Amino acid sequence: MDCYTANWNPLGDSAFYRKYELYSMDWDLKEELRDCLVAAAPYGGPIALLRNPWRKEKAASVRPVLDIYSASGMPLASLLWKSGPVVSLGWSAEEELLCVQEDGAVLVYGLHGDFRRHFSMGNEVLQNRVLDARIFHTEFGSGVAILTGAHRFTLSANVGDLKLRRMPEVPGLQSAPSCWTVLCQDRVAHILLAVGPDLYLLDHAACSAVTPPGLAPGVSSFLQMAVSFTYRHLALFTDTGYIWMGTASLKEKLCEFNCNIRAPPKQMVWCSRPRSKERAVVVAWERRLMVVGDAPESIQYKQLTIQVLLDRLVLRRLYPLAIQICEYLRLPEVQGVSRILAHWACYKVQQKDVSDEDVARAINQKLGDTPGVSYSDIAARAYGCGRTELAIKLLEYEPRSGEQVPLLLKMKRSKLALSKAIESGDTDLVFTVLLHLKNELNRGDFFMTLRNQPMALSLYRQFCKHQELETLKDLYNQDDNHQELGSFHIRASYAAEERIEGRVAALQTAADAFYKAKNEFAAKATEDQMRLLRLQRRLEDELGGQFLDLSLHDTVTTLILGGHNKRAEQLARDFRIPDKRLWWLKLTALADLEDWEELEKFSKSKKSPIGYLPFVEICMKQHNKYEAKKYASRVGPEQKVKALLLVGDVAQAADVAIEHRNEAELSLVLSHCTGATDGATADKIQRARAQAQKK
Amino acid sequence: MAFPHRPDAPELPDFSMLKRLARDQLIYLLEQLPGKKDLFIEADLMSPLDRIANVSILKQHEVDKLYKVENKPALSSNEQLCFLVRPRIKNMRYIASLVNADKLAGRTRKYKVIFSPQKFYACEMVLEEEGIYGDVSCDEWAFSLLPLDVDLLSMELPEFFRDYFLEGDQRWINTVAQALHLLSTLYGPFPNCYGIGRCAKMAYELWRNLEEEEDGETKGRRPEIGHIFLLDRDVDFVTALCSQVVYEGLVDDTFRIKCGSVDFGPEVTSSDKSLKVLLNAEDKVFNEIRNEHFSNVFGFLSQKARNLQAQYDRRRGMDIKQMKNFVSQELKGLKQEHRLLSLHIGACESIMKKKTKQDFQELIKTEHALLEGFNIRESTSYIEEHIDRQVSPIESLRLMCLLSITENGLIPKDYRSLKTQYLQSYGPEHLLTFSNLRRAGLLTEQAPGDTLTAVESKVSKLVTDKAAGKITDAFSSLAKRSNFRAISKKLNLIPRVDGEYDLKVPRDMAYVFSGAYVPLSCRIIEQVLERRSWQGLDEVVRLLNCSDFAFTDMTKEDKASSESLRLILVVFLGGCTFSEISALRFLGREKGYRFIFLTTAVTNSARLMEAMSEVKA
Repeated sequence: MDCYTANWNPLGDSAFYRKYELYSMDWDLKEELRDCLVAAAPYGGPIALLRNPWRKEKAASVRPVLDIYSASGMPLASLLWKSGPVVSLGWSAEEELLCVQEDGAVLVYGLHGDFRRHFSMGNEVLQNRVLDARIFHTEFGSGVAILTGAHRFTLSANVGDLKLRRMPEVPGLQSAPSCWTVLCQDRVAHILLAVGPDLYLLDHAACSAVTPPGLAPGVSSFLQMAVSFTYRHLALFTDTGYIWMGTASLKEKLCEFNCNIRAPPKQMVWCSRPRSKERAVVVAWERRLMVVGDAPESIQYKQLTIQVLLDRLVLRRLYPLAIQICEYLRLPEVQGVSRILAHWACYKVQQKDVSDEDVARAINQKLGDTPGVSYSDIAARAYGCGRTELAIKLLEYEPRSGEQVPLLLKMKRSKLALSKAIESGDTDLVFTVLLHLKNELNRGDFFMTLRNQPMALSLYRQFCKHQELETLKDLYNQDDNHQELGSFHIRASYAAEERIEGRVAALQTAADAFYKAKNEFAAKATEDQMRLLRLQRRLEDELGGQFLDLSLHDTVTTLILGGHNKRAEQLARDFRIPDKRLWWLKLTALADLEDWEELEKFSKSKKSPIGYLPFVEICMKQHNKYEAKKYASRVGPEQKVKALLLVGDVAQAADVAIEHRNEAELSLVLSHCTGATDGATADKIQRARAQAQKK
Repeated sequence: MAFPHRPDAPELPDFSMLKRLARDQLIYLLEQLPGKKDLFIEADLMSPLDRIANVSILKQHEVDKLYKVENKPALSSNEQLCFLVRPRIKNMRYIASLVNADKLAGRTRKYKVIFSPQKFYACEMVLEEEGIYGDVSCDEWAFSLLPLDVDLLSMELPEFFRDYFLEGDQRWINTVAQALHLLSTLYGPFPNCYGIGRCAKMAYELWRNLEEEEDGETKGRRPEIGHIFLLDRDVDFVTALCSQVVYEGLVDDTFRIKCGSVDFGPEVTSSDKSLKVLLNAEDKVFNEIRNEHFSNVFGFLSQKARNLQAQYDRRRGMDIKQMKNFVSQELKGLKQEHRLLSLHIGACESIMKKKTKQDFQELIKTEHALLEGFNIRESTSYIEEHIDRQVSPIESLRLMCLLSITENGLIPKDYRSLKTQYLQSYGPEHLLTFSNLRRAGLLTEQAPGDTLTAVESKVSKLVTDKAAGKITDAFSSLAKRSNFRAISKKLNLIPRVDGEYDLKVPRDMAYVFSGAYVPLSCRIIEQVLERRSWQGLDEVVRLLNCSDFAFTDMTKEDKASSESLRLILVVFLGGCTFSEISALRFLGREKGYRFIFLTTAVTNSARLMEAMSEVKA
């Protein structure tokens, strides 16, 4: 206690360091680390060891073993490596282990040794093999850079969104560079490589030679280079035992140091404590470690956020601890507990030994309807593990039916997806599923599915009406919906067909359909129309003028107006036009022609089925009072008053009304009595009324 | 005349905010295409757009020329074309033809399609099928609520009616839900919700989901509007099918009010020009007569004209100073009033010419007979004559539908003969019209053995229970039995007449139909508001065949002021008529409420019939 500085050693003139053991590793390593490929994740993350990676040189039976340990050496996973030879290992920012194989395939494993996926670094890499590989981290994610046997570089800046970029050739490069590293500047990944005494910077467009400022002369080769975690600083180790430290932009030198050791170091890394302004490079040889420091300068380090910390706990399946932290920090549910629970559920669905029912129930019991938990995400995970049934069960707990649809489609449960889309009320979603189904099913099955979903059927019909008429017909055919088929052909008869023959044919098809639909009325009406069309055509040929597309009524009217009375009567008989209509029609047409003589003849042809008041009305409409009066006298007693009023004979109307002793008629006449002329009549009515009341 | 509101009547919320929002969003969208551009506007959007942003605002945002979207090649030489359209497939094909013509000519331009109120996946798919998806950029102008007046919001979606009630297409329901969501975001949550009809229920549920997704946003807000009532048009077709006789309705029936304004032709303006007139509360003359029975209007206007003349006449005998005062302070107002008065007098005269003839009286008489259910034979003959004489295709259809609904369908003989007559008068394509009307339940045939009401109502219950299952045409027309007569009796829709109904001092909502009939839709709303629920209306709901789709949701009212609890938003899905608006305004005045109307479009009998009609293109 009396000597705090006892275990501190001087480093240069002004700095001191001490060495003490934080903890001892729990692992029990049988091989030496030097025989392994080693990858340690940043921020005290896991450590991966691949034992016996160079299988080729040993007996084929000795398979490499991949071990994963926590930072303190607790074993997390161990598996036999059954794939190809591995060149390099590295951890992604999401703590996924990337294993780069010699053939350019990258296998991705989880923290617990679970295989996640794999991807390839491209054909060029496959052909020329991987000579060397680096896993690096940028603000976008984790990347992989490959040096191939052809001394070319290929990289992907983010393995989460794989885009391979082949870097330009380095002119005159015949052998592998003595050392290289990935730099990240202005959000772009570059490669810095050393060939003999020269340094080259590769970006995706060009290769340019670079020189570090203030580099001591006499360098004939660079043996090692190291870039700091933030890509701000660079250290170079030369064959003269000289270390250059500066900014990674190669614009500024920070310091230099000559260690007089010319052997190539095994490793060189930047190190520093969070928030510390001191940076140092640690260089390691077989049996020697050297720390080279430099002048202070302010650097901001990104810290692990609480979210990342929670993520890491979740990755280690330490759910209860994560939840306790959330509760302790009083994180909002959506960011905290719900998220942890959702992760837990995603883990739970991977427990293959538990039945679907039990897993689903367990998840629902724990999650209930916690806000921020998406059952469809959990279900997607279950489906990812090949547990479709479980996924469907989990989706049932998803309250927003629209959210269930994409996964159901993915799982090829399109019909269920359709029901859910319909439930959601989102017609766009329904339409999306419909198109899916249309491509997935054969036509018959597709139509059958629609048949059971009226809402979707209506939607699809609407679309077809505007865009796919033929499909619409097929739909009706499939359903034996003869009524709609009939309507379809009726519409075609005037919308699609030009020629009269085509139109008649369309109508015939329509009539047949109507018969099948047992809609005799429509069938007969359609047949009548076919007859009418043919007849109109003949009329046009024989009489000239325009007949086609007129209604039956208008056809007869046109004939009368053209003076073809015989034809008109014939047509009326043929089409069984009721008497009443014919009388109205003739009356109107003859009045329009002002053919009063013919009208009178017509009125006397037989007893009018519509009475004679219409004759009075129509003559008055044409302002012919003289003719009107003729008919007024023939109007039956019930309408007599009205007729007389129409022709302006108020006095006689009054007489008739008085005779009828009809109060309604009396007041009607009275309302027509205007001014002095009708004064006497009005008095007469009043008297009659008074008399009627006396009685 | 123009009865004042009760002194305790609540103030209406300010809906002009909706216009500002729409305008700002449109400007933002136009600016997404910087530089000069020509704007192609769909005809149906022109009037609504005009109410939001006039030409000079468009010009300010670098709109060069304006074109109407129609099936013609575009003459625009601009390098940037912007299309403002409804999400319809035919519009997509039009745009595709333009773009493809440009491509053929080796011309590259920028194209932007702005869908209003939203885009549909089907439209994008057509763009893709036509091979131009990559050539155009798509945007949405979420303009779904146009305030036509202080108490009337319209979605201006007349096609809603046909799409939903005929074609069973539900895509607009989401649009309605979005509009309701917007309202609750702006004016606070609605503490009480009521509704009737399948569509009302769906819209309500979708809207609820939206609110839940954006939890908290509206939670803390004070409700400004205490109640919301959603109603499907097919709950009450009868009211919409009646001839309108209150002034605003009559103006709509006669001249067609479009997007809150009307074109008065030369016969009204007594000049050789037509005049476009905005009809809303700002027109002081109109505001006094809009809800009046037509028989009162002319007298009122002439009295008003006399008063006005008297005010003008005061000029005589004024000294210079008084005259100066008069000219500077009163004359402008008087002139304005004079202008409006003469317009409405002109309109009245024109209406009287058309409507007070014997024909119209007979028509109204027939309608009343149908509503009351007497002299059915006589009414049927009247309709037949109406058809035979080719009076008006739309009117004839309307009468047939009214007969069908009030009588629970036509007897088979009449069904056939009226249809035959109609086809003879107006052409065979109307076979399709009849098929449409049948499907919508507007014109049906009585099922044989119509006395089996109990059995049938059971069957119809079954049908609605299996709502998601298949409903064949036969069943659905059965399910859509109107039961009008029974409902009318239950709800007392036909007032007992003791003596003359005084239309000057109406005693109930029946005044909007000359005292002959209380609009069913309005009566339902009145009854539910009185009870604050559907309780005790079970039988009515059952008769309406809506038993599964009547709902009440009472949430907390604590935060709502007593004022806001007397504000009621009525949502008509499929359109409402001015008669219904007038009737509810009357009810509001009687009870101290204020009603706000939200409709997919303002409608009337002619528009409903036209929506169902098949016409040759």
